[in-house]
Amino acid sequence: MSLQDYKGVLVFAQQLDCQVTGVSFELIGKGKELATELGTEVTAVVLGSGVQALADELAAFGADRVIVVDDPVLAEYTTEPYTHAICTVIEQYKPEVVLFGATAIGRDLAPRVSARVKTGLTADCTKLEVDAETKNLRMTRPAFGGNIMATIVCPDNRPQMATVRPGVMQKIKKDTSKKAVVEVVTPGFEKNNKYVEVMEVVKTVSDKIDIMDAKILIAGGRGVGSKDNFKLLEDLAEALGGEVASSRASVDAGWTEKDQQVGQTGKTVRPNLYIAVGISGAIQHLAGMEEAEIIIAINKDETAPIFDVADYGMVGDLNKILPILTEQIKAARGLK
Amino acid sequence: MKIVVCIKQVPDTNEVKLDPVTGTLIRDGVPSIINPDDKAGLEVALSLKDSLGAEVSVITMGPPQADAVLREAMAMGADKAYLITDRAFGGADTLATSTTIAAAIKKLDYDLIIAGRQAIDGDTAQVGPQIAEHLNIPNISYAEAVEVEGDTVIVKRQYEDRYHTVKVQMPCLITALGDMNKPRYMTPGGIFDAFRSKEVTVFTRPDLDVEDAAIGLKGSPTKVAASWPKSLKAAGVKVTLDPQESAEYIVEKLQEKFIF
Repeated sequence: MSLQDYKGVLVFAQQLDCQVTGVSFELIGKGKELATELGTEVTAVVLGSGVQALADELAAFGADRVIVVDDPVLAEYTTEPYTHAICTVIEQYKPEVVLFGATAIGRDLAPRVSARVKTGLTADCTKLEVDAETKNLRMTRPAFGGNIMATIVCPDNRPQMATVRPGVMQKIKKDTSKKAVVEVVTPGFEKNNKYVEVMEVVKTVSDKIDIMDAKILIAGGRGVGSKDNFKLLEDLAEALGGEVASSRASVDAGWTEKDQQVGQTGKTVRPNLYIAVGISGAIQHLAGMEEAEIIIAINKDETAPIFDVADYGMVGDLNKILPILTEQIKAARGLK
Repeated sequence: MKIVVCIKQVPDTNEVKLDPVTGTLIRDGVPSIINPDDKAGLEVALSLKDSLGAEVSVITMGPPQADAVLREAMAMGADKAYLITDRAFGGADTLATSTTIAAAIKKLDYDLIIAGRQAIDGDTAQVGPQIAEHLNIPNISYAEAVEVEGDTVIVKRQYEDRYHTVKVQMPCLITALGDMNKPRYMTPGGIFDAFRSKEVTVFTRPDLDVEDAAIGLKGSPTKVAASWPKSLKAAGVKVTLDPQESAEYIVEKLQEKFIF
């Protein structure tokens, strides 16, 4: 079997309760772009129970082909049956590239798959491109908490596998007129020592908008000073129609929730407007927000690194600036 | 019960610098520590030892000086320590690393293997699940709480929008989250024993039953094509105004940019 026998880009289309996870659409968009350069197609593989109906949606976001593996054992994610299913699909279709979202599921599943099919895996990529000469996939990722970027290649093994950070790639505009070829794969699931028992599933419901989907984010850090003081950010967010995000320091201090955290160990966001309030701007934080279109920073410390990435930096006291700013925005928007 | 904890020696910071000439990492003068997630994994093992009785072994792969993190782990309460070290293992990516560590663990008795979720230098979170695959045992990653019940382990872990409580048969591997506990300190007696009387068993190339093609640089499917320090985008304007003017300035910029 030579490397040239591997063709096509395969995307793991993650779903939860038959809802496709957003990053999967982003990967199909990127996968389509790579496939075009490679002169091949992008295939989405969806695993679950009762997931056949998702094929149309995956097609609408650009999948040329959808592989469905449908079995009750796949209803809740567990490592072994998912690994077995993906490895069966890889064995059967022999893709040259396989992409996973760098979600909790993707980062559990992809290493296990890579070890089983004995190929390389690059974690948490933020950029994927095809080498013009060799046609190898060039996978770029941050390491050392975002201080260093590295481009990784996997020249002699196939498939070339990567997990990709959510929020980094762009999805294609949905086109419901597009249809994909749908194929069903039945790997057969035999229980073995690697199967685990899911005793309980507890969903953590949140009525908040995911900060990754927000167009305007007001993010607070250690400088905000207290949980109560986040009210100033909430008021500004409300006036602007945005959401409140946070640095790791605020999460660690118990002022904000983990799902509001932006950065290397939190979420990657690219809103139209990011207002960083009392955030010093550690490299790990910048890694999650520097792609925002407009960055405004408010900080007392004029040497704070956040000013190095801010389009507009305000050196001053957030406690004094925020209330006035909120009032002025309300006035300008005719909200009062 | 026998527990093996996989630990890694990492620089005590991720503010690392690249040598501008060679493009390699400058490690000189940067102190080393046990990777935080691994230390949490060690604490899980030591707590299980306290409550149920267990033999805790720690294992690491790295240069000879990685001996230091094994001594520290023994000073915290680990019973045995193993150092996998050989130039032949150098330059390994996650697949070759996990193959090598799995080959070493095969020489040990184990019911439970604990690894940290990810190391602060590489951030890949791959080696734990890959070791489990090579050993043909189940893995539960991102454990937030761990209990042992008979010959099973019950793990609470978070996936996206939900928690799973998962029951898994030993032998198995779990990966631990750094914030799941507060690792204990070394004890004075522990330090004395770890550095004076306890031994670190060393595994070199001939000790492991693994093919040459599966280890080190040769056994690594991924290669680093390029690396560079991250550059940030050019800074914009920075102004110091009174609060009223600051607010007006922001509103003006937002209107210019059609934010509202």
